[in-house]
Amino acid sequence: MHATVRPAVSVKIPPVVTGAINREPASALSMRMTISKVNFFYGAKQTLFDVNLGIATNKVTSLIGPSGCGKSTLLRTLNRMHETVRGARLEGEILLDGQNILAQDVTAHRRRVGMVFQRPNPFPKSIFDNVAYGLKINGSKTPIAEAVEKSLRHSALWDEVKDHLHKSAYELSGGQQQRLCIARALAVEPEVLLLDEPCSALDPISTAKIEELLVQLKDICTIAIVTHNMQQAARVSDFTAFLLTGQLIEFSPTPQLFTTPGDPRTEAYITGRFG
Amino acid sequence: MATTTTTVPSAGPVAGSRSFLSRLREGDEIARMITFLFAASVVLVTVLLVVELWQGSVLARHKFGFSFFRTSVWDPIFDQFGALPFIYGTLVTAGVSLVIAVPLGIGAAIFLAELAPARLSDALEFFIDLLAAVPSVIYGLLGVFIVVPLMRDYLQPGLKKTLGFLPLFQGPAYGVGFLTAGIVLAIMVIPYIISVSREVLLSVPRDQREAALSLGSTRWEATWKVVVPFARGGIMGSIFLALARALGETMAVTMVIGNNPIVSASLFSPGYSIAAVIANELTEATSNLHYQSLIELGLVLFILTFVLNGLARLLIVATSQRGAGMGNA
Amino acid sequence: MNARLHWRKFLSAFMLTMTGVCALISVSVLFFILGYLVYHGGASISWNFFTKLPAPVGEAGGGMANAIVGSGKLLLLATLFGVPIGFFGAIYLAEFSGGTTAFIVRYAADLLNGVPSIVIGIFAYALAVLPFKHFSTLAGGFALGLMMIPITLRSTEEFLRSVPKALREAAMALGASKWKTITSVIVPAAYRGILTAILLAFARVAGETAPLLFTAFGNRFWSNGWNQPTASLPAMIYTYAIAPYDDWHRQAWAAGLVLLGLILIINIVARAILSRGIAVPRA
Repeated sequence: MHATVRPAVSVKIPPVVTGAINREPASALSMRMTISKVNFFYGAKQTLFDVNLGIATNKVTSLIGPSGCGKSTLLRTLNRMHETVRGARLEGEILLDGQNILAQDVTAHRRRVGMVFQRPNPFPKSIFDNVAYGLKINGSKTPIAEAVEKSLRHSALWDEVKDHLHKSAYELSGGQQQRLCIARALAVEPEVLLLDEPCSALDPISTAKIEELLVQLKDICTIAIVTHNMQQAARVSDFTAFLLTGQLIEFSPTPQLFTTPGDPRTEAYITGRFG
Repeated sequence: MATTTTTVPSAGPVAGSRSFLSRLREGDEIARMITFLFAASVVLVTVLLVVELWQGSVLARHKFGFSFFRTSVWDPIFDQFGALPFIYGTLVTAGVSLVIAVPLGIGAAIFLAELAPARLSDALEFFIDLLAAVPSVIYGLLGVFIVVPLMRDYLQPGLKKTLGFLPLFQGPAYGVGFLTAGIVLAIMVIPYIISVSREVLLSVPRDQREAALSLGSTRWEATWKVVVPFARGGIMGSIFLALARALGETMAVTMVIGNNPIVSASLFSPGYSIAAVIANELTEATSNLHYQSLIELGLVLFILTFVLNGLARLLIVATSQRGAGMGNA
Repeated sequence: MNARLHWRKFLSAFMLTMTGVCALISVSVLFFILGYLVYHGGASISWNFFTKLPAPVGEAGGGMANAIVGSGKLLLLATLFGVPIGFFGAIYLAEFSGGTTAFIVRYAADLLNGVPSIVIGIFAYALAVLPFKHFSTLAGGFALGLMMIPITLRSTEEFLRSVPKALREAAMALGASKWKTITSVIVPAAYRGILTAILLAFARVAGETAPLLFTAFGNRFWSNGWNQPTASLPAMIYTYAIAPYDDWHRQAWAAGLVLLGLILIINIVARAILSRGIAVPRA
C-alpha cells in the first residue's frame, strides 16, 4: 500500500493559552501537523506541560532547548514511539492533516511519519535490504529496486553506494550510515520526517552533508528536527521552537527567534548563558 | 604490624624495615607459588584427561582405523567393534531433541525478551534456570514412568495412524526408542536455549527495534525481521550449547532409549547412544580391545562436545560485542 | 486499514501469542516434574526410607539409608578436593598471574567444564579405580570433585575481580602485603559470590550419576571407610527405576523427590545469597 499524499490542510495554530510567544503569520501557512494542549507523563512524573505547536508543511521546524527539556519526548510523540515505553501517557491532541493520530492504527501512522535516530542504526542487512525493508513489509506498487534507487538519490548516497548495494551496511562510515538511515526512512514516502539529533554522533563534514540534505528534502516532505546545536538550527530550519523543562517558551520563524527573541529565557539560552 | 628483626640480610640504616619488607615479599612469594600450584593442577588434570583418552584408545584406533565409524557390528565375543549404531543413535536423538527444543526455546526466549514485562521475565527465567539444575537421572525417572507409557499408548500409535507412511514412524510401538529419548532430551536442553537466547536478545540495542517500528512494522515484524537476525549469532551459539549437552547426556537417554545397538530409519525403534553404551559396558568390558573401543567412543564424544562448546562460546561473545559496539541510542 | 495491513496485524498478534505459549510450555514442564515427584515420591517417603538399608529383592520395607550417607560422603570428598583447587586457583588468576598463564588456566577450566560427565567417569576410572583394582568412595569423590573445579574457579575469579581497585589500593597503602590484602579485604568483600559459586557447584554434582557408575559403583550395604564402593542417591534411583519391582519404583520416586528437593533448595538459597547484593557492586 502506498500512502497517498494528502493535500496539506490549512490549520491555524490554536489559540495560545500558556503565554508562549508565537509570532508566525496566522493564515498564510499550512500545518502538516498540529500539537494541541499536549501534556506528557512518565508514570507519575510529568515531562511536557501544555504544549501547543504546529509543524509547517514542506518546511523544517527545529526543537531546541537544554538537556532534559523534553524536546526528544515531544518529537517521539509525533510518531507515537512513546507507546513503546511502559508507563508513558499522552494527553491532548496531535493532528496529522487534521486527523487525530491517536485514533489511527499505529502501524499505518508510523509509515506516514518517519524517524531518523541519534546514532546511525542500520539493520544487519545489506545496503539494499536496509532501504528496501519498509517497502517489503508494507508492499510497494513501484518495483523495489527503483524505489531504493530513488531514496538513495534523495539522501545523496546513491553515487557512493550504487556499485556496492549488496554489501553490509556496517561497512559504511558513520556519516554514510546515517544517510542510509535517512534513505531507509524516505523509502516509504512519509509525509513527515522526524530527526532526533541526527548529527550528534557524526564528524563535521558528514554533519554538513546532512544539513545540506535536509534543506533539499523539504520539497518532498515536512521535517521536524531536534538539535542541541543552535547554529545548526539557525542554518537549516524555517521555524524554531524553544523548550525549557517541558514547556514551550517560544515558537517563531528562525531568523526572528535568533535575532530578536521575545522571551528573556530564550535570549539567555541562545546567548549561551545556560545550556 | 610490628617489625621485629632477627636476621638482617644486609646491614644498613633501615635494616629493620628492609627485613620486614623482604619477609612480606617472601610471604607473598609463597602465596603466589602455592596458588600457582593449584591453578596449574587444573591444567594438569585437563591435560591428563586428554592424554588418557588418547592413550587409552590406542589399540582400538590402530586396529580399526576409520572403519570404526562405518561398521555396525559391535560384538564383544568376537572382539569386533564398530561404532556406527552408537554414533547414529547419538546424532538422531540429539537431532530430534533440537527439532523440538529449538522452536519452543527461541519462541519462549522471544517472549521473555521482547514481550514480557521485566519482572515477569525475570521470574520465568528463574524457573527456567531451576529446570536446568534438575539432574539427568530425574529426567530419566520421569522418562521411564511418564513419557514411555505415554509414547507407547498414545503418541506412537497416533503418529503411526497419521504419518505411518513415512519410514520414520513405522514399526512396533515399544515406548522406548529414539523418539522417546529425543523428547526427553528436548526437555533437558530447552533451558539452555532459552536462557542464552534471551540474554542475547536483550542485548540487541533498543534502537534497532525502534527503527523497525518507526518504518511501520508490526511488533512481530520488528522482532522477527530485525531483532532476531541481529542476535542470530548468539542464538546459534545457544543451539550449539544445547547440542553439546544433548550429545553427552547419559542417564536419561540410557533409561529410555532401549539399549539396542542397531541403525534404523524408524524413530520408534530402540537404539543406543555413545554415552549409554559406555555407561553400560565399561566396567564389564570383556577384553582390552573392548575396553579401548569404549574409550575411543569417549574420545569421540569429547572431541564433538569440545568443538561445539568452543564454537558456541565464540558465537555468543561475538554477538554480545556487536551489540555493545553498536551502542544503545 | 486495508487487507494486507489487517493480515499483518493478525499475524503479529498470533505469533506473539505463540511465543507466550512456548514460554508457558517450557515453564510448566518444571511444575509437572515437581508435581509428579511430590505426588509419587511423597507417598513413598517414610521413616524406613531414611533409616533402613535396601532389603533383599522382593521384600518390602527397605530403605536408602546407605545411599543417603554415601552421597554425603561423596559430596564431602568432592568439596574437599574440588573447592580448594578452584578457590586458590582463582586467587592465583585474579591476583598473581600474567595474561598468558591466566588464559591457559581459564581455557583448561572451560574445557573441563564442557566435558560430558561420562567422560569424566572414564578418566576417574582409569586413574583412581584401575590401578587399585577396586571401586571406592575416594574415586567417586575424585570424579565429582573434578566437576566442581571449573565452576568454582571461574565464578570465584569473576567475583574476586569485581572487587573495586580502590579497596585493594587502600589496603596496600596501609602497608598490607598482597596476601594479607587478599585474605583480609578482597575475599571477604567477594564472599557472597564465592559462597554462591560453591553452593551451585555442589548442587550440580549432587545429582550426577554417570561418573559414579565407574567409581563408587554401588553397594547394597553400608560402606565402611573411604576405600569401599558405596551407594549414592542418584545411582540408586537409576538402578531402582529400571528394575522390575514396584516397591523399588516407589523408592526411586522417593529418592528422586529427596534429591531434587535438596538440589532446588540449594539453588534457591544460592541465588538468594547472591541477590541480597554482593558486598561490592559488580564491575
